[in-house]
Amino acid sequence: MAQEYRVLLEYADKINPEKASDYIKVGGYKGLEKARSMNPKDLIEEVKKSGLRGRGGAGFNAGMKWSFVPQYPETKYVVCNLDEGEPGTYKDRIICQKNAQALLEGMAICGYAIGSKQGYIYCRGEYPFVVELLKNAIGNAKESGALGEFDIEVRMGAGAYVCGEETALIESIEGHRGEPRFKPPFPGVEGLWRMPTVVNNVETFACLPYILTNGAEWFAGIGAKSYPGTKVLTLTGDIENATYFEVPTDYLLRDVIYELGGGVKGGKKLKAVQVGGTSGAFIPPQNLDTPIDFDSMSAIGAALGSGAVFVMDETRDIVDIVNRIAKFFEHESCGQCTPCREGTFRCKEIMEKINNGRGSLQDIENLKLLARVMMKASLCGLGQAAPIPITSTLTHFEYEYLRKLV
Amino acid sequence: MANYMDIIASCKDKPGGIIEAYHAIQKEYNYIPQEALKEAARAFKVSEAQAFGVATFYSYLSVEKRGKYIIRMCESAPCHVAGADEVLKTLEAHLGIKVGETTSDGKFTLELTECVGQCQATPVVTINSEPIFGVKPEMVPEILAKFK
Amino acid sequence: MDIKLTIDGKEVVVPQGTMLIDACRQAGADIPTFCFDPDLKLAGSCRMCVVQPKGWRNLVASCVTPAQNGMVIETESPDVIEARKVVLELMLARHKLTCHTCEKDGECNLQDYCYRYGVTESRFVGKVHSLFKDDSNPFIERDYDKCVMCTRCVRACDEITGARAINVMDRGHHAKIATSFDGELADSPCVFCGQCIMVCPVGALSSKIAAGKGKPAQNEKVLTTCTYCGTGCTLELNVKNDKVVGVTSNRDPEWSPVNRGALCVKGRFGWDFINSPERLTTPLIKENGEFREASWDEALNLAAQKIKGIKEGYGPDSLAMFSSARITNEENYLAQKLMRAAIGSNNVDHCARL
Ligand SMILES: Cc1cc2nc3c(=O)[nH]c(=O)nc-3n(C[C@H](O)[C@H](O)[C@H](O)COP(=O)(O)O)c2cc1C
Ligand code: SF4
Ligand code: SF4
Ligand code: SF4
Ligand code: SF4
Ligand code: FES
Ligand code: FES
Repeated sequence: MAQEYRVLLEYADKINPEKASDYIKVGGYKGLEKARSMNPKDLIEEVKKSGLRGRGGAGFNAGMKWSFVPQYPETKYVVCNLDEGEPGTYKDRIICQKNAQALLEGMAICGYAIGSKQGYIYCRGEYPFVVELLKNAIGNAKESGALGEFDIEVRMGAGAYVCGEETALIESIEGHRGEPRFKPPFPGVEGLWRMPTVVNNVETFACLPYILTNGAEWFAGIGAKSYPGTKVLTLTGDIENATYFEVPTDYLLRDVIYELGGGVKGGKKLKAVQVGGTSGAFIPPQNLDTPIDFDSMSAIGAALGSGAVFVMDETRDIVDIVNRIAKFFEHESCGQCTPCREGTFRCKEIMEKINNGRGSLQDIENLKLLARVMMKASLCGLGQAAPIPITSTLTHFEYEYLRKLV
Repeated sequence: MANYMDIIASCKDKPGGIIEAYHAIQKEYNYIPQEALKEAARAFKVSEAQAFGVATFYSYLSVEKRGKYIIRMCESAPCHVAGADEVLKTLEAHLGIKVGETTSDGKFTLELTECVGQCQATPVVTINSEPIFGVKPEMVPEILAKFK
Repeated sequence: MDIKLTIDGKEVVVPQGTMLIDACRQAGADIPTFCFDPDLKLAGSCRMCVVQPKGWRNLVASCVTPAQNGMVIETESPDVIEARKVVLELMLARHKLTCHTCEKDGECNLQDYCYRYGVTESRFVGKVHSLFKDDSNPFIERDYDKCVMCTRCVRACDEITGARAINVMDRGHHAKIATSFDGELADSPCVFCGQCIMVCPVGALSSKIAAGKGKPAQNEKVLTTCTYCGTGCTLELNVKNDKVVGVTSNRDPEWSPVNRGALCVKGRFGWDFINSPERLTTPLIKENGEFREASWDEALNLAAQKIKGIKEGYGPDSLAMFSSARITNEENYLAQKLMRAAIGSNNVDHCARL
């Protein structure tokens, strides 16, 4: 039977996440020490070699991202993305509540690699208690001297999913409306206050201490070759064990649901599973034997995304759920660009119409057209991904739509 | 009640800290009063129009008066399939208000929210950001009674 | 270092840092835009200017994407046309389409592009909530039911005028242009310069003073210099049937070197007196409490005679001169010279000091 493999969460509930000393007792801050004994260039190489890729959704190679940061500017920033807005996702909260010091250590390692002394954690407004926890954890780590010269400030979001997009997040830290910037320039070159900035997800940072302590080869050897390491998943919906798990990335989706998850709730049959949060594709049961890693998920037209696993049983009404999701995107669009501002609103309208039994085949055609243009022409990932639940269900569950038409 | 001038002054040195100031103001007032917004604009050297644009962008900030307790019903997909609609209806019935409104005694404001990251026990309601798990319609009276 | 790329089959060479939109225009392509404005910071938000780089998954907004070596760009591929049509239809779906009475009719980007792409109606019509702003100010009509949210007005107000009166409020589909607390312009730092009208690509912002007097195509545009002050801004009189029916401005620095299209409230809105029947066209002399018409010679002689008389009777300091900001520096110089040298008093002042 496939097992959990805990790296980030090995000492969950056994150590106090606020206390640096607890963390040090279980081997913490050794990674930072090792990093600081290295030349920053070699450190970046080591991170590249580990194969660590972003855990926030885009799956970009972390070391590669750091290597784009120019050396010369005095001021650079390390920013941690704790916006965690994808519905069904709470793994970053869990990592903070169980192992906050690993996040701080990871940020300090990144700071050393790119030559930055200032970090920011952007925590979503829904987690005021995590803000408190992190402030205490930072205070404690600073006091213990573990972070050295590296400072970290926590900023709190205020209810805007789009602020998880890295440039919107930067705008928000700057005190602005959370409207994504056009790219290029990328944050690595022009980020926070127009200075070079690395933005990484909580989980990405939290992997670093273990990579440094145990070596890049060790990490590269865990899970899927092209997306190594572990991944923290959160299971929601019609599932027996609605909780979180840390698994190696070559873990099969089927095992996530039927082994760790204990199967569909009440022994019902599975209709669909949506991985990666609300912007993810709906996966039909025939694709369950896919490993959860980034590339395997992409290969079936889905995405690992945030690692949320939303399970729907045979009784669920797909169109109703997609309608709800369409409303989410309409509510969360920043409103800057035309395809998304107007498109998410019209998608919601058309989905409502179909869901209420007033839709026609023409409405489905219009949805497909809108989806195509939103994906290709929107300014940021929100508008580009918003139609995925619609298109993926039109591909795999078209009959659910057809039976609701007038 | 702390004066908004003092609250803003205490955040003034954080670059771009206007959102932090808004959070601090809301902690005291539960919304951002007009005078406080104007003062924040001045302190952070942005136009009032921009300060207003920022305050109206974020769902958790409000420029309109709200109740002492802000109840938010999560309606994201996992909570939706777990019966959020029914809980919402019960909340509306018990409070005698619709989403977006405040009870006449100024005690409760009812809002919708997207996922609050507590999906291990859906559906979730938060009251002043404190999550309440696995809420069923029949639990509503008991929950509300706790908030005086 | 120069960059070489191919646009619609033509090879072009542009300097590093050139945006695709300029490279495309250099290649002769006509790129439609709403939010792009060469005098303002980039927004990249309307997505009308999208083009297709070969081998890329997505379309790119040409106004904010730098040209790269070896790029192969198509500016009117089927995907590009589809995207532009859908953008137009999405705009139309919430647009108060009243071209027949619209001040912008004939020089409106939305109208022009719909014509160009044959978009007669929108497939996405649904609920429309009115955003019209009833604003009692005498100068600017704010009909946000025609707004395409390009934010050029916001940027012009910030970057050209510096008044920072307006911004975007709310988000998503409900976002709109507003002053602080969505009030009226008169209660905001607005100085009624009308730069926002100047940059608006559609008829969402228009002049209340010129409303109904003439459509762009009916008006002849005559370049002239504003007479209100010594700055000497270039403005464009809109002339219909030999009458001034509006003032617009020309943004081309060659024609408008002083102000590049920017005006103040007086220049842009203070012209309706021109055709007023109350306007003086000849000097008047008051006799026995009544005005009568007089010639310039008679009037000037009378004034000179009276001034002389006062100076002889009561001394030069019993006279004072108050001159106008509407005359040039040179004329103001002469005015103080007259006062100091010919009359012998330092009692000179000027309205711009007040
Ligand atoms: C609409 C949108 C929302 C996003 N939300 C999050 C988020 O909540 N957390 C996160 O880490 N990344 C989020 N991202 C991805 C970030 O833009 C960025 O890629 C990520 O923080 C980079 O970190 P990583 O490389 O470590 O994954 C989001 C992207 C988009 C387009
Ligand atoms: S895609 Fe949506 S969220 Fe992203 S910039 Fe455009 S409107 Fe904003
Ligand atoms: S703004 Fe343009 S499209 Fe709209 S009514 Fe006026 S002329 Fe017609
Ligand atoms: S008239 Fe001038 S000051 Fe007023 S909103 Fe328009 S651009 Fe700003
Ligand atoms: S009012 Fe005009 S300039 Fe301003 S955002 Fe709307 S369309 Fe653009
Ligand atoms: S979906 Fe409701 S708390 Fe996550
Ligand atoms: S003109 Fe390029 S995005 Fe608007």
